[in-house]
Amino acid sequence: MLRFIVRRLLVTIPTILVVITITWALIKLAPGNFYSGEKPLPPAIEQTIREKYGLDKPWYQQYGKTMWGILRHLDFGMSLRFEGQSVNSIIKRSLPVSAAVGILAYLLALVVGITAGSIAALKQNSKWDYGSMALAMVGISVPNFVLGPILVIIFSLWLYWFPPSRWDGFPSRSVVLPALTLSAVYIAYIARLTRAGMLEVLRSDYIRTARAKGLSEKDVVIRHALRGGLMPVVSFTGPALAFLITGTVVVERIFALPGLGNYFIQASLNRDEPLIIGIVAFIALTLLTMNLLVDIAYAYLDPRVRYQ
Amino acid sequence: MVADKKPHRDELIHIPPEMAVAEADVRSEEATEFVRGTSLWRDAWRRLLKNKLAVFGLVVVVIVSIASLVGPTLIKRTFGFTPDYIPSQDVKLARSYPPFTGPDGQFSWLHPMGTDNAGRDQLARVLQGGQISLFVGIISTLVSLLIGVTYGAIAGYIGGRVDNVMMRFVDVLYSLPYVILVIVLLSMFRSQTPRGQLILLFVAIGSVSWLTMARIVRGQVLSLKNQEFVMAARATGVSGTRIIFRHLIPNTLGPVIVYATLTIPQIMLTEAFLSFLGFGVQAPLSSWGSLAAEGVQNIAIFPWQLIFPGVTMALTLFSLNFLGDGLRDALDPQMRTV
Repeated sequence: MLRFIVRRLLVTIPTILVVITITWALIKLAPGNFYSGEKPLPPAIEQTIREKYGLDKPWYQQYGKTMWGILRHLDFGMSLRFEGQSVNSIIKRSLPVSAAVGILAYLLALVVGITAGSIAALKQNSKWDYGSMALAMVGISVPNFVLGPILVIIFSLWLYWFPPSRWDGFPSRSVVLPALTLSAVYIAYIARLTRAGMLEVLRSDYIRTARAKGLSEKDVVIRHALRGGLMPVVSFTGPALAFLITGTVVVERIFALPGLGNYFIQASLNRDEPLIIGIVAFIALTLLTMNLLVDIAYAYLDPRVRYQ
Repeated sequence: MVADKKPHRDELIHIPPEMAVAEADVRSEEATEFVRGTSLWRDAWRRLLKNKLAVFGLVVVVIVSIASLVGPTLIKRTFGFTPDYIPSQDVKLARSYPPFTGPDGQFSWLHPMGTDNAGRDQLARVLQGGQISLFVGIISTLVSLLIGVTYGAIAGYIGGRVDNVMMRFVDVLYSLPYVILVIVLLSMFRSQTPRGQLILLFVAIGSVSWLTMARIVRGQVLSLKNQEFVMAARATGVSGTRIIFRHLIPNTLGPVIVYATLTIPQIMLTEAFLSFLGFGVQAPLSSWGSLAAEGVQNIAIFPWQLIFPGVTMALTLFSLNFLGDGLRDALDPQMRTV
């Protein structure tokens, strides 16, 4: 197990560096510069800017400087557009917002999705099954940028229950609509995965044994079937996180939340180079760490999986 | 690079003999008048037609495609306006009207989906947006098919260390936040022309969505490459490239078609997501995503500007997903999982 973790870490760290390098290269290869606008700048001013940001140096020195800052001090530099703020401080400030919405959405998806999926599997081919699977398909097909505004129309503009777009900190009404919007797709995916996993497990021998020795249906389902039936859901956590991150980008945009995704879009539109690199690196790190944790959890939960 | 080696359409329906026998066994229990000309594909087609949801999906997809294709022209012929047409310089006309309402506020058939902020017909715009959305979905899927199938087949056929390295590379790419990288790519290389941006979009989406396809094809090839028909081909001196492209790939077609059908809605969703954020399709072109992005700005006052493109898109994706699921059940009944 330890060897497995070490080996995975040996792949993970270079991967993050590769992601940073790709991002850096994309930015450097792109035509134009962050300071170039509609009108060309006077040469003297341009010269000053290039010197200030070290753009007059050859590319390998620029790359070296960026990477050195990241590797040595985990320092991504200063934002170009948010004057006087470091990339690290922006990430630190916006992360709790994204994390609150994302984690809440995922928990909601787990609870609702597993319940719906289990019911569908236990009552296969009943109206519950068809109903929840049709709803799940709707959840997968309705894009979150359509669902979000529709929820806003209903719950903010008609019923006045939740604010349409505002951030009031974590335990507040402003979390509800973003989390709901974000969770819809995962509820759908998790329900489908749970149903498929449970259907397979419920047919297996050990469930028949559990039934045969006279366990109550509740015990059979909760203690025996769910453990095996939820394996697909566990392995979905990795991809789910990737989707969750891209999902938060849209949701934060719709609800005007000051989260990581919103800053990332602004940075991309404004060509705020250090901020782009910082957020991409941070997202890659989160993603890879979570994938590693999921694999470890998988080995722990499923005795059949053994890592060399 | 291998355009001349591309299998002819008829050869794609080539089945290894042992599979054909299995099919015949299954059929012998059914109607006997169907003995002639049945194939894996005809059988799958029959199974597909029995699946009501899949047929519903197929019908909706066909209707939406035809409507998007000929709709804008038809509207132009009958009512005389294009998606870009702005009725007049009159301020009163250049504003958003609800569905089925004319500029005088009375009932009218002229704009069944209402008009947008500039007074443009919403129906024409949604149909034109559909053209772009479907186009991006199909072309990007083809790009990902081309890369994924070739990559997966080569990795699977060669096997050994090469396979190991190639698939490890896929694993690494899998763990990247690729949508984030696509956003960086699209925002940095923002093209000056809408057409250029569209091409960039194809390349960006297509080049990151081939990973699952590569895995599926590799798995298939691994199980196929030791079968007798490949051995026979090798024994008669057929080259490796030719075995891959003429013998192995045609036999992976079932799962590939299924997965490609399910990739189209995913890619359309990605495109809409990018266009919604302003990185995708650029004006004057429009897609469902960019129409929704315009609509979101006015949801409180003009909700129809969001609802019509949004619902059309959701309905199309819904149908494509059902069609894909149905195809999977029809082509490979054993693959029924999620």
